[in-house]
Amino acid sequence: MLSRTADNLYWVARYVERAEFLARIIDATARIATLPAAYGGQGSEWESALLTAGAADGFFRVYQDVNEKTVTDYLVFHPDNPSSIRNCLAIARNNARAVRTAVTGEMWETINGAWLELRKVEPASLGREELARFLEWVKNVSLTFDGSAYRTMLRNDAYWFTRLGACIERADNTARILDVKYHVLLPETEDVGGSLDYFQWATILRGVSALTSYHWVYRQSVKPWLVADLLILNRQMPRSLISSYETIVRFLDALGEAYGKVGQPHRIARNTLNALDTTVIDDVFQQGLHEFVTGFITDNNRLGKAIADHYLT
Amino acid sequence: MAAFDEMNGIAGGTRDAYLRLKEWLDTSPADLMSLRRSQAELFFRRIGITFAVYGDEQSTERIIPFDIIPRVLTKPEWTRLEEGLVQRVTALNAFLKDIYGPRECVRAGVIPADLIDNNPGFRPEMVGFRPPHDIYVHIAGIDIVRVDAETFYVLEDNARTPSGVSYMLENREVMMRLFPELFRDHRIAPVDNYPDRLLQTLRSVAPRHAMAEPTCVLLTPGQYNSAFYEHSFLADKLGIELVEGSDLFVEDDIVYMRTTEGPQRVDVVYRRIDDEYLDPLAFNPDSVLGVAGLFGAYKAGNVTLANAVGTGVADDKAVYSYMPEIIRFFTGRDAILKNVPTYRCREKDALAYVLDNLNALVVKEVDGSGGYGMLVGPHATSRQIDDFRKRLRHEPNRFIAQPTLALSTCPTFVASGVAPRHVDLRPFVLSGSDRVRIVPGGLTRVALKEGSLVVNSSQGGGTKDTWVLDA
Repeated sequence: MLSRTADNLYWVARYVERAEFLARIIDATARIATLPAAYGGQGSEWESALLTAGAADGFFRVYQDVNEKTVTDYLVFHPDNPSSIRNCLAIARNNARAVRTAVTGEMWETINGAWLELRKVEPASLGREELARFLEWVKNVSLTFDGSAYRTMLRNDAYWFTRLGACIERADNTARILDVKYHVLLPETEDVGGSLDYFQWATILRGVSALTSYHWVYRQSVKPWLVADLLILNRQMPRSLISSYETIVRFLDALGEAYGKVGQPHRIARNTLNALDTTVIDDVFQQGLHEFVTGFITDNNRLGKAIADHYLT
Repeated sequence: MAAFDEMNGIAGGTRDAYLRLKEWLDTSPADLMSLRRSQAELFFRRIGITFAVYGDEQSTERIIPFDIIPRVLTKPEWTRLEEGLVQRVTALNAFLKDIYGPRECVRAGVIPADLIDNNPGFRPEMVGFRPPHDIYVHIAGIDIVRVDAETFYVLEDNARTPSGVSYMLENREVMMRLFPELFRDHRIAPVDNYPDRLLQTLRSVAPRHAMAEPTCVLLTPGQYNSAFYEHSFLADKLGIELVEGSDLFVEDDIVYMRTTEGPQRVDVVYRRIDDEYLDPLAFNPDSVLGVAGLFGAYKAGNVTLANAVGTGVADDKAVYSYMPEIIRFFTGRDAILKNVPTYRCREKDALAYVLDNLNALVVKEVDGSGGYGMLVGPHATSRQIDDFRKRLRHEPNRFIAQPTLALSTCPTFVASGVAPRHVDLRPFVLSGSDRVRIVPGGLTRVALKEGSLVVNSSQGGGTKDTWVLDA
C-alpha cells in the first residue's frame, strides 16, 4: 500500500486513542478534584492532568491560572492546543478523509459523524454535567471506531498499521500517567502516606479504565506497587505496557511476513518486549520507577520513528 | 420566451417518456416526498459527498443539492446523442494529434494558426510528441443543452479534467435505494459499469512496453481540492491507488510510487491535476502538487498521462466555435451534434455586434470554466454589463458570446413545491486504444434559482439522476 496511506491510518488510530485518553484523564481528575483535601486532594490535580497530557508548556502560553475551567478548556477545545480533544478528532477525521477508501464505511461514518457532531458543541455552554456527558461521548466515539475497525477491516496491512498506531499511542499514554504519578506509587517498604492515597491510586486506574480490572486481577485492596505492576507488567491488562508491546510485536511480525522482510522496528519492539518480559515489579522499583518509565517513553518514541522511517515515508 | 419542458414539452400535456413518472409525482403523498428528500440529503452527507467552493471561507465543505425528480431521455434521443458524442470526441482526438503534429487543419484553413499558438491551453512542449496510442482526451465531459424536442446543442467540450461522474453514479445509487418501485416500473439503462469501463480505458492506453498488468493510479491535488471526494470515490471503485504528488517520484525517467513495500512502478496516471501543476521542472516551478520529472518520463514514453498534456486547446471556447469545421475536416461528415451559434469577439464584426447586444447575450472567457467569469446579459445589472464592455474592448480575444438559449427545463422540487428549472447534461465519453465507450446518460445539472441558466455547482446548481429508457 502507499506509504502515505499507511501513515494516515496509523495517525487516525493514534489520534482517536489520544482523544479517548484525554477524556479519561479529565474525567478522573474532575472526580478527585471534588474530594475534600483530607481525602488526598492536594490541590494540584489539574496541574497534574496537564502534565499527563504533556500540555503544560502550551497551556501557560494561553492561561495563567490552573483550574478546572481553564484546564478543561485547554485540553478539550482550545484551538492553540494541537492535541486538544477537538483537534485530535479533527486531525483523525482529516487523516481518514485523505485515505477515505482505506478505512471502512463504518469507521468513516464514526469519525466523520463525530466531527460533524463536534462542530455543534459550544465550549462556553458546557456545565459540569454537559462536560461529563461530552467526555462520555468522546470515549464512545473511540470505542465505536475501534470496534468498527476490529469488526469490519480486512486483516491486512491496513489493519495492522491502525493497530500499531493505537498501541504505540496507548503505551505512551499509560507510561505518561505513570510518569506524572510515580511519586504516589512508592514501593511497599517506603512510607506510603496512609490510606488516604487510595484516591490518588484510584484516579490513576480510572485514567486507564482499570479500576475494576484491578480488583479482578489482584483480589485485594488497592496497593500502589500493584497498580504499577498492573500498568506495566500485567499481560491481562489491555493498556499495560507489556500488553501494548505484545500487540505491537504481533502486528509488526504480520507485516514482516506479508512483505517478506523485517527491519529496525522489529528489533526495537522485540527488545522492549523481551525486557518487559524478564522484569518483575521489584526490579522496576529498584531501578527507580521514574527512570524506568522515562526510559520506556524514549524507547517507545524510537519505535515510532523507526516505523515512520521504515514504512510510512 | 417559453422554454421547452422535459416533462411537458412546450404546449403542456405530458411527453410519453414521463407518463409514469408524472403519475408517480401526482399520487405520491407530499410528506412521503419530503421524507425521501431529507433521506437523500442525509445519505449524501453521511457518505461525505461534498465539494468545496473556492473563495467561500464559511464552509469549505458543502453537499451539492440533489433533486429527486429524474431527468428522462428516450432510447432514440440517446442513440442520436451517443453517435454525435462518439463523432465529436473522435474529432477532438484527431484534431489534437494534428495540431501537435503536421497541422494539416491549419494549412487547410480550417482554423487560424494564431488561435492555437497563442492559446493558453496550448503546450509547445507537446509539439512533435505522440502520446501512447495517439489518444489525448481519454475522458471527456461534453456539456449538452436542449432547446426543443428535436434540438440538442453542445455547449462546451471539457477536455482537460472533467468532473461530476461520481454524482452520476451516486445519484443513481440513491434513487435506487429510495425509490425501488420506480426502477421496477421503468426499464432504465444502468450506469454502474462506468468505473469498469474507465479502468478498461486506462489499461488500454498503457505504454506499449508496459507489463501485461499495467499499474494505474489516480493523481489528485489532495483533499482540499473541490473534487477530492470524486477522486477518492473513483480510485476506490477502480481499485487503484489514489496518489498525491508526494507519493510519486521519478528516477531515470520512470515513475514510481512510494509504498510500504518500497518503490512500485507506475504505467498510467489518471491525473486530476491541471497541466501547469503537473511537474515543477516542466511547467509552473512553484507547484507543490505535481511530480518533478513526470513530464520527462511522459516524453520518454514510460508513462501515460490521462488526459494528455495540452488538451486545454480543445477545451477553449474560441476553438469550440470552429468545432463544426473541425469535425467535418477530420471525420468527413457534418457534425451530428450542433454547436451553439458563437460570436468570436476576436473578429471585428462579431465584437461590434456583441457590444451592441450585451443585454441579450451570454459572454464567456475562452479559457474559463465552472461558471466563473461569465456574463448572462438578460440577468445582469447595468454595472456588470458596463464592466464586461470594458473588458471586451480591452481584450476581445479572451471572449466569445452566444445568444441566450431557452434551455429546457425539468420539474424540480423547490421551496414552493414542484417547479420547472433549467437543466443541462454532461455525458462522459471514454476513449481507449480499442474503442470509445459511453455509459448511457450522464450528469444532469439543474439551476435551482428560478429563471437561472447557470447550472454549475459552484454557482448554486444541483443535480438529478439521468435516465435513459431502454424501451
